[in-house]
Amino acid sequence: MKRLGLIVNPIAGMGGSVGLKGTDGDDVLRQAIALGASPRAPLRASEALEALGLHKDGIKIFAFSGDMGASVSEGAGFRTVLLKDGGEGRRTSADDTIMAARLMEESGVDLILFAGGDGTARDIYAALETRVPVIGIPAGVKIHSPVFARNPLMAGKLAGLFLFGPPMGTRELEVMDIDEGSFRSGSVRASLFGYLLVPFERRHLQAGKSAGGKNEMVEIDGVVREVSGRMLPEKLYLVGPGSTTAAVMRHLGCEGTLLGIDAIRNGRTVGKDLSEKEILRMIEPGNTGLIITVIGGQGFILGRGNQQISPEVLRAIGKKNIIIIATPSKLGSLVGKALFVDTGDRSLDRDLCGYMRIVTGLGEETIFRVDR
Amino acid sequence: MTDKTRPFHQMRWNEPIIYQKSVPGQRGILIPEVEDEIRTLVGDGISSIPDTVRRRDLPNLPEMGQPQVVRHFNHLSQENLGADSNIDIGQGTCTMKHSPKINEIFARSPKLADLHPLQDTSTVQGILEIFFRVGELFREISGLDCCSLQPGGGTHGVLALASIVKAWHRDRGEDEKRDEVITTLFSHPADAAVPKVKGYKVIILPPDEEGQPDLDAFKSAVSDRTAAIFFTNPEDTGIFNSRIREFTDLAHEFGALCCYDQANANGLLGIARAREAGFDISFFNLHKTFSSPHGCGGPATGLVMADRRLAGYLPVPVVKRHEDSGLYYLDWNLPKSCGKVKEFFGVAPVVVRAYAWIMALGADGLEEASRTAVLNNNYFMKKMLQIRGCSLSYPNHPARIEQARYSWEKMKDDTGFGTGDVQRRIADFGTHYWASHEPWVIPEPFTIEPSESYSKEDIDEYLDIMARISRECYEDPETIRNAPHNSTVHHIDHDYFDDPGKWAITWREYNRKYDGYFNRR
Repeated sequence: MKRLGLIVNPIAGMGGSVGLKGTDGDDVLRQAIALGASPRAPLRASEALEALGLHKDGIKIFAFSGDMGASVSEGAGFRTVLLKDGGEGRRTSADDTIMAARLMEESGVDLILFAGGDGTARDIYAALETRVPVIGIPAGVKIHSPVFARNPLMAGKLAGLFLFGPPMGTRELEVMDIDEGSFRSGSVRASLFGYLLVPFERRHLQAGKSAGGKNEMVEIDGVVREVSGRMLPEKLYLVGPGSTTAAVMRHLGCEGTLLGIDAIRNGRTVGKDLSEKEILRMIEPGNTGLIITVIGGQGFILGRGNQQISPEVLRAIGKKNIIIIATPSKLGSLVGKALFVDTGDRSLDRDLCGYMRIVTGLGEETIFRVDR
Repeated sequence: MTDKTRPFHQMRWNEPIIYQKSVPGQRGILIPEVEDEIRTLVGDGISSIPDTVRRRDLPNLPEMGQPQVVRHFNHLSQENLGADSNIDIGQGTCTMKHSPKINEIFARSPKLADLHPLQDTSTVQGILEIFFRVGELFREISGLDCCSLQPGGGTHGVLALASIVKAWHRDRGEDEKRDEVITTLFSHPADAAVPKVKGYKVIILPPDEEGQPDLDAFKSAVSDRTAAIFFTNPEDTGIFNSRIREFTDLAHEFGALCCYDQANANGLLGIARAREAGFDISFFNLHKTFSSPHGCGGPATGLVMADRRLAGYLPVPVVKRHEDSGLYYLDWNLPKSCGKVKEFFGVAPVVVRAYAWIMALGADGLEEASRTAVLNNNYFMKKMLQIRGCSLSYPNHPARIEQARYSWEKMKDDTGFGTGDVQRRIADFGTHYWASHEPWVIPEPFTIEPSESYSKEDIDEYLDIMARISRECYEDPETIRNAPHNSTVHHIDHDYFDDPGKWAITWREYNRKYDGYFNRR
């Protein structure tokens, strides 16, 4: 019997239908309800469970009561274990999501399905980091995080494969979110909040031609060796957020942060989780390297998740000192498309546009067009 | 139209590894005792082998009777697929085609099989003449001037090209400065991998929206650090880069050499040549386009053609002909040579088969072979794109040469079944297909190359299989989910292929890692 956690954020997505671009915060929710919004996340979660119907007898679902999961799970005819009273009729909040995720981890679930948006993903990350595999059912207004399946049906199918199919891998995918306030006023500034562990439907290896079965760990190793081999003594390097850049720090034996900007010199950490001001104080114009990676599914290299690297910082560093790294797997479907910059300074964005080389392996670079 | 798919069941023997069948004391052949007279003359024989090279323990070989050995390998062959037993159009980019059986008789003839590469050249004039003539034929096929048959495979051909590039720039004192090689994303992965082995940094060009290598990206990449470009054309997508001359001209302006991966030249024979496209060196796989069997990684040939400026940099020895005497000889006197990429001067059986194939077809026949391959591909493509859930990579560029890369992305979105599922199910029909090199750029990809060997009936049968599988994905998910039903094995745990901690490709390694049936030690 497989144990599946189900978390439904019942209010997720309510703002979208009435044009509110999100449902973070009580005021907005009240406004949404006043405008006539109705819950859609439970419906989306039902669609996902429908795709799991085949395995009904092999699954026990762990959920909070009511709209937070159990009513969906029971409605779809699954054996349901109530973890806690979800508070019928009560307005749920981020704390409920976090508590649900923690209790599910304690119950030893094999996988958690959660229906919501980027805000919900952040709450799950706060509770679990990368300890339990999860799959997002897209139900929110903002879906910038690649932890979500493309639609509820695919979320359900992926869950079925993960629980009952041939052995499957997992990978760390970004939790991104934008500040809803600025989104409502027209500008998009997504930040990187963390990583969740998501089942990865590994491609079937082909006989002969792809012998060796390079997995992403091997690719990261190549990228990391290449970039550390290029580092010059005495030069200061800023290392941006992301799991690929974090691997550089690990390879060098340097302590660093997953989400912040760190600084290293001669293979040693000289600054962690730096603010823009701290960075500006440290850098030697023209003689500082910047190592960044592609963040999120849309191909941003600057302006998403690494806003500490401000226009002023970038000007001081200079385009030729920027080293962009990424694994071929991560670039995957972005190949042949553009990467994006959105530093908040249009003329700088223009200067950064054009063709740039991305370090994609040991002794290997792939050319990408950079656009804004 | 009637559905041409037919019931099929592959043999399933659950055949153990041959070592597991070993019974101590069993023998396949009993060798007679040495007669006294011989023993007196020779002694025990073994003591005449120098101590330093004589092994102390018996080799660990399975002990079996002859019929058990024969049965074992027959079982394995029955659990396999081969070019002679299936409609082999699914192995896209590999240029599967029929190898005429008469050529096998030539290759196995004692006249060839009994030759040794170390024989005095005066005693092997015949085979040297064939080598020389093959070079002459390829002068016409490629438009280039001089030939080496030394490389023993396609990737080996790339190695020869990269070695020649290195020798050329070294000779000009530019080797240190020129440390970059440019290739394209849809060129064969060896075009990126091999130059790295030679110490080059490799820059990969992405395709543009049309699926062609991005010319502007190339302009940003090429410089006086560029040693060479390594391009495949048409690429794995089947798209022909019609602006190739702009790439080669620009590379030449910067002093780089232009290398052409023509491992698969099956859509271009008699139609387009390396010379006119501006390439300086090219290689051809005799075991693809020129009908010699692929040999499963065994001996093959990546024939190299080079511009006359590069004649002195070819691997040694080169097969040549004395103007006066008409005799053939091996020329070792190339002081600037890149050295050797393999022992001796080429894999004779492969060269002989290709020579026989080319001579049987003639110039017109080669062109007809290519035109038929292109026609077959376009027929297949037209029909394939009518199948539900299938689309063409880079649909804005509808023209394809001899192969095409397709996508099941829509079917995956609609049904959750993608290319891996089709691959499992297609085994139930006694055939297969190949998806794509990794990492995938085209979602849910597959690559089909129906060369000139396949009849319209063959192609229609294969299309019916694809149509049936697509129908099942939409209407009968249970059948797909549990496929293959009629194959030698069911689902495979891929960890045993790609986890270095788990894989075991030799019996020795298996025993180091496992005990009994995959019990970790």
